[in-house]
Amino acid sequence: MDRETSRRQFLVGAAAGLGLGAVVTVVPAHATPQEMQDAIRKIVGSAPVTKGRVKLELPPLSENGNTVPLTVSVESAMTPADHVRAIHVFTELNPQPEVVTFRLGPRAGRARVSTRIRLATTQTVTAIGELSDGSFWSATASVVVTLAACLEDA
Amino acid sequence: MVALAGASFAGEIPLAERRSGYELMSRETRAMQDDDTANPGMLAVLEGGGLWARKTGAAGRACADCHGDARAGMKGVAARYPAYDAARKRPVSLEQRINGCRTDRQQAPALAYESRELLALTAYVARQSRGLPIDITVDARTQPFLDSGRAAFYRRQGQLNLACSQCHDDHWGRKLAGNVIPQAHPTGYPVYRLEWQSLGSLERRLRNCLVGIRAEPYEYGAPELIDLELFLMWRARGMAIETPGVRP
Amino acid sequence: MANALINVPDRARRGEIIEIKTLISHPMETGYRRSQLGARIPRDIIRLFVCTYNGTEVFRAELYPAIAANPFVVFSTVATESGTLAFQWTGDNGFSATETATITVD
Repeated sequence: MDRETSRRQFLVGAAAGLGLGAVVTVVPAHATPQEMQDAIRKIVGSAPVTKGRVKLELPPLSENGNTVPLTVSVESAMTPADHVRAIHVFTELNPQPEVVTFRLGPRAGRARVSTRIRLATTQTVTAIGELSDGSFWSATASVVVTLAACLEDA
Repeated sequence: MVALAGASFAGEIPLAERRSGYELMSRETRAMQDDDTANPGMLAVLEGGGLWARKTGAAGRACADCHGDARAGMKGVAARYPAYDAARKRPVSLEQRINGCRTDRQQAPALAYESRELLALTAYVARQSRGLPIDITVDARTQPFLDSGRAAFYRRQGQLNLACSQCHDDHWGRKLAGNVIPQAHPTGYPVYRLEWQSLGSLERRLRNCLVGIRAEPYEYGAPELIDLELFLMWRARGMAIETPGVRP
Repeated sequence: MANALINVPDRARRGEIIEIKTLISHPMETGYRRSQLGARIPRDIIRLFVCTYNGTEVFRAELYPAIAANPFVVFSTVATESGTLAFQWTGDNGFSATETATITVD
């Protein structure tokens, strides 16, 4: 990670020497896996989180960390008595751990959502399904993220 | 990742072996391009449709007032650009043609290169050629510019002293850092590039490449860029327009 | 002046689960990028997306900077009755956009 950071900063400096551009993206400071655990605690409190019932689909190798397609689904009949209330997604090495919270309910019909996320670096993504009975379930997926070969300056 | 190997010698890619960058992308990125309701480039096409119909400039004219319904009026147009402009005595890009209409016919100011509106209009016009084969006219008038573009493609330049052909003719399909090197056919422009997180023109992409090999990038609209664009489109002749493409 | 693309089927059978795709143009500036002079570019994102069905909320997404530019959200809802699906996005700097779609449910 440090090697990649210094490579990008070196190339930024070299490009700056060509008198180009205004905005550059410097690899930002990362949050830590501990901060992710704290963010998850804020949602689940002291309840246990059990692996299972949640399926997290992400490409194992992303073509570009700026846009990574993600789909989360949770096994549930989605009835008023038994349904998914929310799906929370977290990362461990992005600048902040929260990615998105989807709020569902029995009117969803099925607990399956998709979006596109940003990943700052190779890391593991965690999805937590919150059920109407107050239980929490989880799944993880790892994604390899590489930097683009030729960087742009404006 | 991809078993296809680039040619092991310096030389033009045989016509039958040409592949759009689309074929070298991951399944997920291809899915993003294929679905018009999920392709971020379609947002620009949508906006372009609105601009097409909007009266503008001192002449108070919309593109639609002269050209009618773009689906018919603009069909095949993007597949022929860059095209020779008699007034300027040289080929011009689609963006330059659109700006020519704005200044000459609508009496409106030209749109800045890479501006949201110019990208939207260009994407909207080019979208009307989706699926059609690229068809660049080569005649006595365009030949010198095509030759100039070809020379640029094969010329080493920049601090890294690389020619376009060295990556895109000789090593396509192999990896450069984490990315697969494409053959560099401009079939999907303006393209939604994930690295940019926005739509951008072929000139923007060419300037990126020039920065990448540590060469001075030409200004937008520079003849060197248009000549290279002309050559790249000619090199991709017969391949289908994909606008709006999605690329990593 | 945001552009949005909504994909909702125009008709469905009562009780059928329909898939809705939404795409809106927005840079989703994370707040973590720096200019070449080192100054932080302030955060400017869509924070909330809400879908209502004939006035009743059926789906909500709370977005953070890790959502990619031009947010794309796909979700499902049960086709309960004919009417209007309304979509609202709100975010930083007073950003607000709405779109609607009608659906016929037999």
